[in-house]
Parts: sequence; C-alpha cells; structure tokens
Amino acid sequence: MSLGFLSDPAGFSLSEGWLLVQGGAPYWQVFLAGVLNTLKVALPAATLATILGFIIGFGQLSKHPVLRACSRVYVNTLRNVPLLIVLLATYFALTQFLPLAVDAWQLGNVVFLSKSGLAFPAVLSTGLQFPTVGRFAVNGGWVLTPEYLALLLALSLYTAAFVAEVVRSGVQAVKPGMQQAALALGLNEKQARRHVVMPLALRVMVPALSNQLLNLLKNASLGVAIGYPELVSVANTAMNQSGKAVECVLIILLVYLLLSLLASLAMNALNARVNRGAL
Amino acid sequence: MTGVARFLCVLLLACKFSQPAQAGAVLDAVKARGVVRCGVSSGVPGFSALGSDGQWAGLDVSVCRAVAAAVLGDARKVEFTPLSSQQRFAALQAGQIDVLSRNTTWTLSRDAGLNVQFTGITYFDGQGILVHQRFKVKSARELNGAEICVQSGTTNEKNLSTFLAAQGIRAKAIVYDNFEAAYKAFFSGRCQAFSTDVSALVSLKTSKSKSPDDYQVLPEVFSKEPLGPVVKRGDDDWFAIVKWVVFAMVEAEELGVGKANLQAMKQIGGPAVQRLLGGAEDLGKPLGLPKNWVEQVLLQVGNYGEVFERNLGAQSPLKLPRGMNALWTHGGLMYAPPLR
Repeated sequence: MSLGFLSDPAGFSLSEGWLLVQGGAPYWQVFLAGVLNTLKVALPAATLATILGFIIGFGQLSKHPVLRACSRVYVNTLRNVPLLIVLLATYFALTQFLPLAVDAWQLGNVVFLSKSGLAFPAVLSTGLQFPTVGRFAVNGGWVLTPEYLALLLALSLYTAAFVAEVVRSGVQAVKPGMQQAALALGLNEKQARRHVVMPLALRVMVPALSNQLLNLLKNASLGVAIGYPELVSVANTAMNQSGKAVECVLIILLVYLLLSLLASLAMNALNARVNRGAL
Repeated sequence: MTGVARFLCVLLLACKFSQPAQAGAVLDAVKARGVVRCGVSSGVPGFSALGSDGQWAGLDVSVCRAVAAAVLGDARKVEFTPLSSQQRFAALQAGQIDVLSRNTTWTLSRDAGLNVQFTGITYFDGQGILVHQRFKVKSARELNGAEICVQSGTTNEKNLSTFLAAQGIRAKAIVYDNFEAAYKAFFSGRCQAFSTDVSALVSLKTSKSKSPDDYQVLPEVFSKEPLGPVVKRGDDDWFAIVKWVVFAMVEAEELGVGKANLQAMKQIGGPAVQRLLGGAEDLGKPLGLPKNWVEQVLLQVGNYGEVFERNLGAQSPLKLPRGMNALWTHGGLMYAPPLR
C-alpha cells in the first residue's frame, strides 16, 4: 500500500477534458483530469435535470389532460428503465445516426455535428478558432464528444424523471387548506402559489432533491461503459497499468466521498435557506 | 467505525493475508472436481469464442482442452468462464479459475507484480491498427487528426499512446472499458481506426464487420505481444503441468506426430515419438499425470500446428500465416525444451 505511484508518469492521455493531459503526465494529474471530467458532465446534467424535472413535475400537476398524460408517461418510462440501458441506447443512437465526421452536418461552416461530436468555434486568447473538417475527423474548435453528449443527455433525462416525482409529491404534500386560506385572504392563484404553496413545498422537496442530485453525481461513473474518460475510467486504466488495484479503488472511494460531502453541504445550505422561519 | 472504514479494513486484510496455494493443491482440486476451470475472452474468434454449435473454440480454448485431456483424460471436461480484460487477473488470483487462457500478453509487471505466472507463449503477436478503406491510408504515420478506438485494461492502450507519441502522430485515443463496445464504436464509424493485437484485428475484420473488404490492417506492427496461459502463483506443480502441456503440443508438431497420424505413428514412430506417447519412459510421473497424457492431448486436441491451422490458419476464416509462430525449424519462434 503506497500512493507513491501517483507521481510516476502515467503513460496514457485522456481523449477530452478541461485539463488536457499528455502521455508523460504523472498519475495524479490524470486522476485530477478524470475528476474534472466527472464534474464537467455532472454539474450541467444536475442543472438540466433540475430544470427539466420541475417542468415535468408541474406538468404532472397541470389541469391540461394532455400535458398531464405526457408528463406521467415520461416519468413512468424513464423511471422504470435501468440507467445503463438509457445510456447505451443514447450513445448508440448518436453514433449510428449522426453522419461520419467527413460528411458532418454544418451550420454555416461554424457549427459541425457528426459522429465526432458537436464542434463549435473556440474562444482563445488569439481570437476565435473555427473547427474544420479534416481528412479523418473534425479538428480544432471546442468539441463536445458523442460520449460526453450521450452521458449528459442520459443522466439529465433519467434524473429528471425522479426530480419530477419529487416536485409533484412536494407540491401535493402542502395541505389544500393552505392554498384555500391564502385565497380567502385575497391573494390570487399565482400569488398563493408563489408566496404560500411553493415555500412550503420546497421544504419537503429539497432533501429528496439532494438525494437525486447525489445519485446523479455517482451515476456519472457509468460513463466508463461508453468511453467517457471520467474518474472510474481513469482509475481502471491506472489500475491496469500500475497494478495498484487497492490504491485505485481507495482513490475512487475517497474522491466520491469528498464530492458527495461537498454536494451535501451545498444542498444543506439550500435546505437551511428554504427552511427559514419554519416552526 | 463507519461502513466505508470497515470495508477498507476487510479489503486490506484480504490483501495482506491471502495465502499462497499449497503445491499440488490445484491438481488435487481439479481431479476431485472432475473439471478444469478456464478463463477465456468473451469472444475473439480464433482464440476463444462460442461457436454457432454452442461450443467454445479457438487456440486459447484448445490449450484448456489439452490441459483437461492431460489431467482428466477428457478434453470436454472444461468449464469456461468468459472474462473481461479487467476481470481476468482478479478471477485467477481469487481462485475462481485454474488457468487463464485469454490472449493475455506476458509482461514483467504482470508476471512479477500480480501474483501470477505465465507458463509460456502460445502465440507471438504484435499490435497494429485497423482502418476503413475509405480514408485511403497506407501507413499509420498518416493518421494525424484521427480518432482511434481502443480497449482499456490492456497493454494496447499504453502501446498505442507510446507509439503515437514516439512517431509524433497527433491522433486521439478513445478508450472503452469493454472490447465489444470498442469495436462496435469503430464499426459504427465513431472512430476512424481501431487498435489491438494484429491477430484480433484480423479476427474482428473477418467475423464482426458487415463487409471485411472495406477494412485493412496497416503495415506497422509496433509492439511485442507474446500471448500465453497464466496460472496463479504458489502451486509449482500446476504451473509445470500447464507449461509442459503446451511444450508437448509443440514438440509433437516438431516430431511430426499429431491427431491425424497418431495411430500410425504409434506403430512406426522412432524412439523420440515412442517416448512422447508414453511407450517408453514414464513422462507422466514427474508431473503427477497418467503415463499416456501426451497421447490423450494429441488424440483429443492435436499438436500445435494442427490447432493453429484449425483455429487461425488456412482451415479457418482468419487465414493467418504462421509467421513468427512457425516452428524454430521453419524459421519461427516456437521451440519446446526436450520431453525426456
């Protein structure tokens, strides 16, 4: 048991990420890049899942029957399929149906969409760098790879179904008498919702929402199945190159523990905020 | 103590106190069980793959069958466990399998660092790159800007990044944790190239693509990949058995005796053949095997050349040349110490 190997050169590089590591970089840098890749997908996915979850959650409570039915179908479909299947289906759909990189769909030579991913101009210190179609793939610019897009989509769509249920149950947990009392006091329906129902509903929703977002963070590790270089993927490769299996598993455990604790702290702060003035 | 802390303690204790197996223990266990447990790949046609008849076949599979024929007298008494690249060594270390015969490269760090032992080399391979013809690539040096699919948990990933860096080729490796996901992504067009051992590239091109002629293996071979069976450390008797079963198959080819001419050679073969087939001195006793173990291997499985031709060579869809895997007497590297 020794973590000394972390300063040895890793001998492999990652295909994408905020922190681009080259072959000669030490293990700790590659691990760091892996953690950043986990966050790079988990943070936007958490945002998207929350927004989409609220929309669908309110859709389930809507008076409009079609909207309500669509929302119910969405929740019950996504909630009852394993995430890995959603992820693989999304990934194979993207890599099957998008055109080859050399025949990429273009938007005025600025944005390219293909099996190599979604490429758009990069903002560099030297100015804009436009992507170009090369001999093999789309080169240059900023690229969101199909692996990233598939993981982002699958995590957001899947978690949104659970968030929608949290939103629905939170709103329904507020006793009807509360809204009626608000209306009786002369508030209109919109005001009653905003100032009476939602503050009470949020107190119920935030702890459950925290669970869902923590799940999302941990579920990002499924990226390993489709070649997205997040923490677990990096650790797997490192484990194989260095033979340090126990150490690599320990690192995964500790990093997830740390990330989850940080996320919990943030959600607890939010919880305290929505509970201001609660009895 | 929290759950995590307790889990870690169990993990550490397991590493600290895992006992080396007792010598002879594996052979006794195999005899008692009546079956050899063999770890193979989840599907590399030519090496180990489930055929349409529901039977495992391939060079690596034949090695397991040969061990079963030598030890139990019946090549069918093998239990195959398909393993991913990452699972393979763990399964062997944990004693879930007796032999790992899964196109596994012999390297120092694996042999010395993973509590396992490579028993020999059954296939001399090297890593290469497969590309689609549409890119009209003649050499790996032209791959600047390309995306190359590769499987993690293998020597391939590291060899590829070393090769690309040494040649100054700016290509991007896309790493999948599963072989099937990696080649599927390649055949779907996600990557323009795919890299693994040349034999596996030919196997994939032949068996997994819709039109094999659309793909080509580039001429560069940039690594040494000696593949062979692996056993767990600590049981030298079992190590010797697996090692000598493979040597016996090579020696038999050199002596010109195999499945096809076994009965005839038993009659007319010279002293070396007689010795090999158990007609003279007992080559089984030192290994704890029956006297006629080589005969059983040849009768039920065949010699190395026969197994090669059937699974990888002219009689197979892969049509791989013998190349480095020819006998040393034919300019190849296959050489067995004398069986006497």
